Amino acid sequence: MSFSRVLERLVQLPIVLLGVSVIVFGMMALTPGDPVEIMLADQRATEEQAASLRRDLGLDRPIAERFVVFLGNAATGDFGISFFHRRPVFEVIAERLPATIELTLVALLVAVLVAVPLGVAAAVKRDSWLDRALSAISLFGVSLPGFWFGILLILLFAVHLGWFPVGGRIPFGAEVPRLTGFLLIDTLAAGRPDAFLRALSHLALPAITLGLPTAALLARVIRSAMAEVLATDYVLFAEAKGLSRRRVLFLHALKNALIPAVTVLAIETGSLLGGNMIVETVFGWPGLGRLVVESIFARNYPLVQAAVLLYAVTYVLLNFCADLLYAALNPKVRL
Amino acid sequence: MSAPLLSVRGLRTVFPTRRGPLAAADGVDFDIAEGEALGVVGESGSGKSVTFLSVLGLVRPPGKVERGEILFGGRDLRHLSPNELRALRGRMVALAMQDALSALNPALTIGTQIVETLRAHAIPGDPRAEAVRLLTRVGIPDAARRLGDYPHQFSGGMRQRAMIAISLAARPRLLVADEPTTALDVTIRAQVLDLLDELRAEQGLAVAMITHDLAVVAERCPRVMVMYAGQVVETGPTAEVIAQPRHPYTRGLMDSLPRLEDPDRPLHAIPGQVPDLATVDAGCRYRNRCALAVAACAEPVALAPAGDARLSRCIRAAEVSP
Repeated sequence: MSFSRVLERLVQLPIVLLGVSVIVFGMMALTPGDPVEIMLADQRATEEQAASLRRDLGLDRPIAERFVVFLGNAATGDFGISFFHRRPVFEVIAERLPATIELTLVALLVAVLVAVPLGVAAAVKRDSWLDRALSAISLFGVSLPGFWFGILLILLFAVHLGWFPVGGRIPFGAEVPRLTGFLLIDTLAAGRPDAFLRALSHLALPAITLGLPTAALLARVIRSAMAEVLATDYVLFAEAKGLSRRRVLFLHALKNALIPAVTVLAIETGSLLGGNMIVETVFGWPGLGRLVVESIFARNYPLVQAAVLLYAVTYVLLNFCADLLYAALNPKVRL
Repeated sequence: MSAPLLSVRGLRTVFPTRRGPLAAADGVDFDIAEGEALGVVGESGSGKSVTFLSVLGLVRPPGKVERGEILFGGRDLRHLSPNELRALRGRMVALAMQDALSALNPALTIGTQIVETLRAHAIPGDPRAEAVRLLTRVGIPDAARRLGDYPHQFSGGMRQRAMIAISLAARPRLLVADEPTTALDVTIRAQVLDLLDELRAEQGLAVAMITHDLAVVAERCPRVMVMYAGQVVETGPTAEVIAQPRHPYTRGLMDSLPRLEDPDRPLHAIPGQVPDLATVDAGCRYRNRCALAVAACAEPVALAPAGDARLSRCIRAAEVSP
């Protein structure tokens, strides 16, 4: 990837963000429901109080003006005050983000650990019963709705067998001082291996719920890429040199087969971060996804806008990372 | 004559197809002696490559060696365990391929691809230094610096020579060279062929030169084996086989080539087509295209002596050439 490619991405980013801002702002404005009414729903507020709150939040201004003010502030890194929390949106999101990133990373790890060996095995034993079983299971896995799969896992492993907790991130009594916001790191930093294991057991079911459908897709990609690579002359040549089977498969073949997989993985990471909303809600996971869902119901405009922008930035950055990784795996693409 | 380095008897390699098993090599017999260069000629699909992939134990499933003996240094390679066979590949029998661009791994450096071969066979000495020596030997300038290059950074001729250096890294005793020079221009082709000649003379390297190019065979291989439709149809000293073919197919091949000394001679393409290998009978496989065919050709024909050190799979071998 050349310097011009990096520049291209840098130019792309603000354009994407502007487009996303317009769409989100417009959609939130068109959504029926008034944030002030929702906030004051249980309180006997007078018309004057409601009007004053509306003025405080800037909701009495015309929508075009609100949009310009929002853009101006966003450009300086100010995303406004969360209506609901009465704190800067930035702060609220920063508090919830580590939970989502942690869940996504563990889900990705689950996906890669499951998909790579299965994809390779299916390609090596092509048309065997193993290959057929895997392609049937992965088709099933790709088409699983996340919320349904999550509920099934909860019913079986949490409610029925009691192996894992039903939801949440860490039980009472296992909390540790916040350092990075990543519990797997913070618990170890606090010298609490017991809390680490508790955090891990809370992570297990949501990470599997998110990771397995991704693994299914990834395994299919790896299987077909690997099958193609195994038929190449360079794999035959590597075998003819007398290399071990392991080296031929996992170095010569897999390094080339991973090139298409990386692109898929980057796109999947984006949808994992976004798709977290459903799984976080099902598992009561205190991450960004659940925060966004709550904020949509509360018509908490500033927070939803900021979160959607964050998703957009993440997508662009992930694609950028995919390009970098692609270049690292494929020497023909020069940086 | 001492026992040959490689001796193949009755080799039959089969690929299952929808129309039934297809014997890509069927009843193949041949020997290669130490230091010998054997030319292997025949058109695409004649079984040349499959025969030698069978020797290396690298026929891709679902294809498999069904019958026959592959004796290398007295051991039948068909009875070796996968690990014994792996230890032999590259070290005893090595492969050089037609197109180095597809034979070299695009994602690994040239250095890695040589060094791993040296390590796999525990070749003594510093692998890096040995890699530099090998690349220098095949005429790659500034070899130490080029170890870190990827195949696409090499020119076509250099890539081909680098691949041959990799094939020869573990000092094999037999090199199967599958169209090793087809993709090269004339000067580089001569360099590569000279290198193989030197190694034959110095180290007793045996070479099986699989090729379409009869000129290369005439120039470099004292002995030739002609294959047609999965069978060996003729073997013998190259000069004699070219001058006086003892099989109608070899004769057809010669007549289809232009000659420098007689450029006005008409070229004759062989009429008809190669039979479908999934449906051939036990008789001669060339008889549907052969001007000499008689009723008896429908009977099985064996590879039989046809003169001094020559074999032919034709019942009218004596009548092929005047």
